[in-house]
Order: sequence, then C-alpha cells, then structure tokens
Amino acid sequence: MNVLEARGLGKRFGSVRAVEGFDLVVREGETCALLGPSGCGKTTALRLVAGLERPDEGLVRIRDRVVAGPGAWVPPEARRVGLVFQDWALFPHLDVRANVAFGLDGDRRGRVEELLELVHLDGLADRMPHELSGGQQQRVAVARALAPQPDLLLLDEPFSNLDAQLRAAVRTEIRELLRATGTTAVLVTHDREEALSVPDRVAVMLEGRVVQVGTPFEVYAAPADGRVARLLGEANLLPGRARGGRVRFALGEVEGSLPDGPCEVLVRPEALRATPDADGEARVDDVAFYGHDQLLRCAIDGATLEVRLAGPHPELGPGARVRIELVGPAVPLPARA
Amino acid sequence: MSVALDVARRADAHRHPAVPVGVAVAALLVLGLVALPPVYLVIRGLALDPERWDLVLRRRSLDLAWNTLALAAVVTAGATVLGLAAAWLAVRTDLPARRLWATLFALPLVFPSYVGTFAILAFAGPRGILQRWLEPLGVERLPDLASLPGAALVLTLFTYPYVYLVAAAGLRGLDPSWEEAARTLGRGRWETFRRVTLPLLRPSVSGGALLVALYVLHDFGAVSLLRYPTFTQAIFLAYRGTIDRAAAAVLSLLLLAMAVLVVVAERRARGRRARYHRAGRGTDRPPRLVLLGRWRWPALAASGALVALALALPAGMLVHLLLRGLAEGVPLNLTLGAVGGSALVASLGAVATVLAALPVAVVAVRGGPRLARMADGVAWLGYALPGLVVALAFVFLTARLPPLYQSLPLVVAAYVVLFLPQAVEPLRGALLRLDPRLEEAGRTLGRTRGQVLRRVVVPAVLRPALAGAALVCLTAMKELPATMLLRPTGFETLATRVWTSASAGLYSRAAVPALLLVVVACVPLWALAGRLGVREGG
Repeated sequence: MNVLEARGLGKRFGSVRAVEGFDLVVREGETCALLGPSGCGKTTALRLVAGLERPDEGLVRIRDRVVAGPGAWVPPEARRVGLVFQDWALFPHLDVRANVAFGLDGDRRGRVEELLELVHLDGLADRMPHELSGGQQQRVAVARALAPQPDLLLLDEPFSNLDAQLRAAVRTEIRELLRATGTTAVLVTHDREEALSVPDRVAVMLEGRVVQVGTPFEVYAAPADGRVARLLGEANLLPGRARGGRVRFALGEVEGSLPDGPCEVLVRPEALRATPDADGEARVDDVAFYGHDQLLRCAIDGATLEVRLAGPHPELGPGARVRIELVGPAVPLPARA
Repeated sequence: MSVALDVARRADAHRHPAVPVGVAVAALLVLGLVALPPVYLVIRGLALDPERWDLVLRRRSLDLAWNTLALAAVVTAGATVLGLAAAWLAVRTDLPARRLWATLFALPLVFPSYVGTFAILAFAGPRGILQRWLEPLGVERLPDLASLPGAALVLTLFTYPYVYLVAAAGLRGLDPSWEEAARTLGRGRWETFRRVTLPLLRPSVSGGALLVALYVLHDFGAVSLLRYPTFTQAIFLAYRGTIDRAAAAVLSLLLLAMAVLVVVAERRARGRRARYHRAGRGTDRPPRLVLLGRWRWPALAASGALVALALALPAGMLVHLLLRGLAEGVPLNLTLGAVGGSALVASLGAVATVLAALPVAVVAVRGGPRLARMADGVAWLGYALPGLVVALAFVFLTARLPPLYQSLPLVVAAYVVLFLPQAVEPLRGALLRLDPRLEEAGRTLGRTRGQVLRRVVVPAVLRPALAGAALVCLTAMKELPATMLLRPTGFETLATRVWTSASAGLYSRAAVPALLLVVVACVPLWALAGRLGVREGG
C-alpha cells in the first residue's frame, strides 16, 4: 500500500520555482531517500508533504486521504506526519522527557521511557537539550518524531550537523531503528553515501522534480543520465557514438539501445584498472589516497580518466606511465541535452 | 547574555592582565556612590526608635503597600497582555499596514508619565473636555481616574511598549522550526503558541515586564497627578509635610525593598536551565504569516483603539491645549531659563554618568570574578532605585552641608546613580566584543601601551560611549523627582515647569514645555527601535 503519493506538486517563492512537477510514491514500511544537490527543492518538497507549505499545484495523498490539493487542505497537526528537522529543533525550554512526550497525550506518556530506551538514551531523560552531545540531540529528535506513531516520518538532512566520525555510526543506528519499528520514512539528503547506504529506494531530484527512482544499486549502476551519474559517485563520462544497438567509445564497444548518433558512456572509476607500463598511453597526474583505496587522475589523449584501485599502490605516483583497461561495466547514456 | 558573559569571562580570566589599580579604585568609588542612598537609608532606619517605626508602619503603610503593589501587579499584567498581543499582530499576522502599526505601537513611550497623565486628565478628568461634551447628555460624573482601575489604565497605556518592544524583537528572532516541530507533532496553532512560543519568549518578555513593574513602583508624576495614593506620593507628602523626616525615610526604605524584591524575583523566575540562543544554524527563514481572514477587521479596530488611546489622544490633547492657551492668551511658559536648565543639567549628567560608567564597565568585563559580579550587581541596583528615594537620601545626607545641599553637583550625582546602567550596558557590550588579542596584536606590532589604548581601545569604545551619553542625556531631561528635590532654588528645567503647572491644574501652561519634552524623547526611542529591529530594512 502507498503511504505517500505526491502528484505534480509545484511551489513557487516569488519568481523562483522551488518545486515543479514533483512526483513521488513511497510504499508501506520502506525508507526512501530523496537525493539532490543543494537548492534543488528537496527541503521544500518535504515541507509540502508535512503541511508546512501549501502547494501552488498538484496533490499530496497520505494513505487514503488527500491532505493537500485542489480544494483539500489538512493542517500539519492533523496529518500524522513526523518531521526530524535539519537542526533538530529540540525545544530548549523542555528537558529530554518533555521533548519526547510533546506529541503524546495523557495516557500514552508511558511510551517515553520505551522510546528513550529504543534510541539508547535511557538515563538522560532529565537533561536539557543543550546538555547533550550532537548525536544525542539527534536521537532525541528522532524519538520525539516517532512518539506519536506517525504514518510517515520525514527526515531533513538529519546527519548533516554531525561530524564525519559520528555520522556513520548514527546512520547505521537510524537505519536499524526505522526497520525495527517498521516506519515508513523519507530521508532528504545531498550526501551520496547516505543516499546509497540507508534507504530501500532512492529518488534523485534535480531542479525541482524527481528524475529517477530505483534501488540504490539500480540508480548507481544505471543512472538516467550523466547528471544523475555524477550525483551518485565519481564518474568518467566518455563521448560515444551509437549505431544499430551498439555503442563505440574510446575504451571499446558495448551494447546499448540508444537512437543512432552521439551519446555518452559512463565508466565508474572502479571499472578501470591501471597497471604500470613504461609504454602506456596514460600518465598519472594526481593521486588521492584514502587508505582502503586510491583515486588516480590520469591523462590520456588530452582527456582525463579517474581510476580507483583497491589497496595501497605506492608505485603509482604522479608522473608514472600506466596502461588503462576496462574491467567493469560501461553504461551508455543519452547525450547531454 | 549572562551565559555568554560567564563563558567569556572564564575563558579570558587567566589571559588578562589585572585591571589597573586606578581603574579598580575609580570603579569602587562609583559603586560606593550608587550604594550610598540605600545604605544611608538602612542605617537611618535602624537608628530609628522602634516606637516610631510602629507609628509609621501602623498608620497608612499597609494601605499604601496594597495600593502600590496592586497597581504594579495590574499594570504589569495589563502591559504584558497588551504588549504581547500588539507584538504578535505586528510581527506574525497579515494585519494591513503592519509595518506602520509596528512603529505606532512603540510610540507611546515618548510620553513621560506625568506628561501623558496630565494630557489624559485634561481630556477625561474632572472638568475635562469629555465631561463637558457629555454634560448636555445628562452625564454628571465620569468614572474617577483617581482609583485603581483609572490609574492602572493610564499607566498601562504608557508602559505596554516596554513589553511590546522586547516581545516583537523576540518574535522576529525566534527560529520558526520550533513552532513547525510542534505542529508536526500534532499540536494546533493555539497550543503551539502556549506551549512553545510563549515559553521561548519568556526571558525577554519577563525582562520587559520587570521594567514595567519598576516603572510603576518608581512613578511619582502620574500617581501624584491622578491623586492615587502610593508609596512615592506618601513619601513626597511626608517629606514636604513634616519637619521630622523619619517617616519619609522609613517609607523610602520600604519602597526600595519592594523594588529590590521585584528585581530578584524576576531574575529567579527567568529560569536558568534553558539556553535559548542557537548560534548560526539553519537558514534565516522568516516565519509564515498567520492569515487573519475575517478577524482582520476586529484586529484593525483593536489596534486603532490602542493607538488612539495611548498615542493620538495625549498628543492631540497637548496640541489642543497649546492652541487653546494661545487663543486665550496664556503665556507660553517657555523661558530660556527652563530650556537652558534642562540642557545644562542633562548634558552634565550625561558626561558624568559616562565617565563613571567607564571604570565600572572595564571592571565588569575584565576584572576578577568577584569584582565583576559586584560591578554587575551594583549597576543593577541602579535600576531598582526609585528617583524619589535617591533624591531624599541625598537631601538628608547633605542637609548639613550647605555648599552641596540643593546644588547642581548633587543633581548630577543623583543622575549618575539612577542612569549608570544605561551607560554601562553599551560600554560593556563594546568591551566584550573587543578581543584582548587585538591589543596583544597591537603590542607585537611594536606599539606601546599608550598607543594601543589610543588607536585600538578608544575607537572601539567611543561610539558606544556617545550612544550611552545620548541616552542618559535624554532620559535625564525627563527625570522629575530627583531634579525637583535636589535643584538649587530658582533653577528651572522643562520637567519642573511641566510639573509645577500640571500639578496646579494649569494644563494649558504645561503644554509647551511638555511638547518639547516629547519631541526630545522621540530621539532615543528611534535609536532604540533600530537596535531592537522594530524598524525593518532601514
């Protein structure tokens, strides 16, 4: 069953179109990431769903009920949609217990302890928000939003205010929490790692609309176009030419059902291998070493190719001559408009 | 503010060279001057024969205490409700022309209480205009303004802007995501206001309410003109009426105790646990305006009524009185002496107060923790001290020192005591912003202490010092009780002119000096409104 259905949503601020023709369906129990560069309208889309903004056009349906649309308007407090704010927006005048209990009425107050246990904050119920670390505040915000058992939980860049070390741990924790509670959630992010590692599905958003939806594997391996490909990871986009169901490009030929004519071919850096070769056509220009792997930037025929190699390779320093081979998938994409 | 202060202090404590001894001594002298009136009154009260205490206390004091406290409570509550409602309308709703209303709501602050009160009395008091209009209709007596409801109404009209200004600034600065969070958690608009907005505004609103309560406790002009018996009025009568002034001293002490209690209570109630300020996070998204819909007309009517009563009525009456006076050949009552007197005494007061504030601000920011806390506390005492009480203490103290008794230096000293916080506050802000490392940088660039002082410290402190001086100067012009009691015989200011005429019921004679005072009072309000963000985009 669909928990959220957004159709043709549009929202303008003055002359700026923040969201336009926005479609998204989220199914019961799934976590969906809404990934897009900053300024693409993803936070506005989230606020339209939560009822904090009124759409200029289109409709929002939560379960069976149209909550925003022509002639329909349900205020945020009656939507059963929880929202975790980017800066968490914990009430500074209330302690942790009162923050979590804010959306609960009388007899359900007992849930607070249960929730705090769920997010591993038992024992901190009497603290004030400013007495908590960033990670703890974040978990209070999630517990608070989950407390009234919303039909849909929205998370607006929930990890962006945490430092990198903490982020990975909290991410795992949140993913497990969402699965354990069977919560249907939409997670807004501009971070590709977050968008790939947390959700069941990813909706990629560009310039106010959703351009592709799929599992993380699908959108990574078969992006709709070059912009989506770059948004999801490092990408070599090589010029190619399609003819009769085959696409030729600098590193070979692949199958691809594109209309005849120029196109692009996506080759992820990990689909390439570089081996030292004094007669190699390519030269290493730059190396970024990350420990578990390294990204080489290589010059070949005036073009630049990025190559990812697992494990340390001290022999491939800047200036080294290398031979580059295609060892993974090459994905033909329609030419840039 | 105080959290930030503490942190700054703690962080810098070990890095600071000690405050120069000369500065510390100067600060202590100033603090001693501020503490002088209350300390003197306590000593004098203790020295009093217990029987006399009984006598003073039994007679009318309970009634007076009740009158004063009831008036303070009603006005504070009324001003808080009015100020909050006006702020909400002007900041958060689509009230037509809300920018204009935002300014109009703040303007009643330009009326010194005695000016606003006599203007209202001339309209609605006994033998006022309203009475004459209504007489043909068979109305023989208007409700008496010399009552708790009457006095409360008049004072509320002139004090609600204190709450309005801080509440409007608070509402503008409030991050909208807190209210949005409450909405997504299933709380409606009213519940969100009650459970989130109001508690978040509480620190600033309670600060404004404190100013209102102190204003009422200190007020001498309005209650005297209204003939509503409060402590200040009784103190004045006791002082004027008896050769023995012990009764006035005892009553002063009681009033002072009340004021200090109010200050302490507010600081307690402020709630120390919560920290409301969040630094530089998220976007500066303005909150969505509440659409008034069919409530827009009642809201407009209420705003109009408030501005009509608190602003248009007194201003119109002053002009009317002036014109009527001109038509009837009443002298303008504007001697060069009064204008010059006001200018002289106010500018002397401003210079003296800023000079006194400098060492206090330095000690408050850069002194050791104990000295700093003392400077903080004593400067606060200035807020709690009623002008009349300070004046009386100085009268008693100098009664046997003829060169000082009723002299200009004495008036100036009283201004220093009363207005010190107004000058310390901006200086302290500037000094807090002046990172000591800037001075260290100056030294490492080869400049001497003196050069650094002249080229780094003085430029940073000059503007706030001038701002403080301007504020004190304009406040001092309106000051009534201390000026009246301490001035040399025959020395006149605009305020004393207004008072002499108005208290005798000669309202037309009071109109010209009163109008001048109002014009003068517009200037600091304008500056203040700019700082609190009431003027937008300007």
